[in-house]
Amino acid sequence: MDKLNKKEYKKYVKEKVPKPTYARNIFWAFIVGGLICTLGQVITNWFSHMGASEKIAGSATSITLIFLGALLTGIGVYDKISKKAGAGAAVPITGFANSIVAPAMEFRREGLIFGVAAKMFIIAGPVLVYGIGTSVVVGLIYLLLTKGL
Amino acid sequence: MENKRMGKRTIKLVNSPSIINTATIVGPKEGDGPLREYFDIILEDDLWEQESWEKCEKKMQEEAIRLVLTKANLTENEIDYLFSGDLLNQIISSAYAARQISIPFFGLYGACSTMSESLSLGAMLIDGGFANNIICSTSSHFSTAERQYRFPLEYGSQRPFSSQWTVTGCGASLLSSSGEGPYINYVTTGKVIDPGINDVNNMGAAMAPAAVDTIMQHFKDTGFNPDDYDMILTGDLGAVGKSVLLDIMDSQGYDLSKVYDDCGMKIFDNLRQDVHAGASGCGCSASVFNGYIYSELKSRNIDKLLLVSTGALHSSTSTLQGETIPGIAHAVSISNFKN
Repeated sequence: MDKLNKKEYKKYVKEKVPKPTYARNIFWAFIVGGLICTLGQVITNWFSHMGASEKIAGSATSITLIFLGALLTGIGVYDKISKKAGAGAAVPITGFANSIVAPAMEFRREGLIFGVAAKMFIIAGPVLVYGIGTSVVVGLIYLLLTKGL
Repeated sequence: MENKRMGKRTIKLVNSPSIINTATIVGPKEGDGPLREYFDIILEDDLWEQESWEKCEKKMQEEAIRLVLTKANLTENEIDYLFSGDLLNQIISSAYAARQISIPFFGLYGACSTMSESLSLGAMLIDGGFANNIICSTSSHFSTAERQYRFPLEYGSQRPFSSQWTVTGCGASLLSSSGEGPYINYVTTGKVIDPGINDVNNMGAAMAPAAVDTIMQHFKDTGFNPDDYDMILTGDLGAVGKSVLLDIMDSQGYDLSKVYDDCGMKIFDNLRQDVHAGASGCGCSASVFNGYIYSELKSRNIDKLLLVSTGALHSSTSTLQGETIPGIAHAVSISNFKN
């Protein structure tokens, strides 16, 4: 075993591993992701119908979906939806809520400061850092292109 | 002094210690699996009235040790050493369980190979005359392992098909210098083998070469071949690792297909219980060996067994730093007949 060719072994193992069920995953991601977005549209329409401006209705929809994602995580349902839907449940804003609430719940036993607060962003942290970082860079480029030059 | 070494890495025990009793405690999912009737205690939930999963795992170890003492009609004072280990950082389940129990304690970390590692060391100590009674105990817990190695439980993610399910379980064996068997006759110690796998969702493939290495060395050192065993049982290679092991052994001229099995493929009904490539964790070989296999040895359905618990010696830090996963496997040869 000391003489094992790592490159060849890796290649051989790759063939042993069952392939992910791409077609089924894509199908469910499309259905569930689509349903979440449709729900978002329904909520937006309702807020608009109640007299909210387009901007307010959009923000209120995000808040409602985040609440729903957090609630479903709290009662232990969201991970089951995600198991089936994959990216369909991870990409919408509800998935973002799930990625923050799940660690917050998990690390409750380690205390409110070093548990909940410190660990809350272990999954969402990179999204926030690079999301906000990118928006700053894009904003600067936009500023330079439109105003600065 | 009598030399007990055989070949390169095997020890032939002259005063073969007897495994006089065992105890197992498993979680609800394991209790729903095909081996349910062989476990002593099946938990109704994975907290067992504790505040955290870590505390539950600690309680599992403590209670398994107490249970094996009760079953063997012995007290803590009559045990010379406790060898135990688990998967958590600083092996807290074992250390905190040992805190509750007044037995001199050696903490072990061999990842999921800890069951046969503890049996190896315990058997050698008894054979050498350094102890009369030793308890070897190992545990793992799905929820404590998930949060340490992977994601929070409620986080929605899809597990790849090569991934395995960490067993919530604990097994304890009581070794004694006297007893009616089954006996530990040979110990072959594993070397760390790193086949260059870096996918933490494919630990079976990372550990299989280490298991092959130890099993082949055992055959070379002792002169045994696969037919000398009723069963050769690895710890937690799962579906992928099991198939890899059979392939490599076959290419080396050993046909293991008739006698080989893997604890990780026995404890769950992989399809119905949706565990993908099978089970893993220290508690996997601990609960399968101390539950089902011990009962089979006792009822003479199996007379000669090679137990090869397999471990992946990585951590979440080494994975993030781009390290590959080193594997290890320790073999103990157990028989109803003394050497």
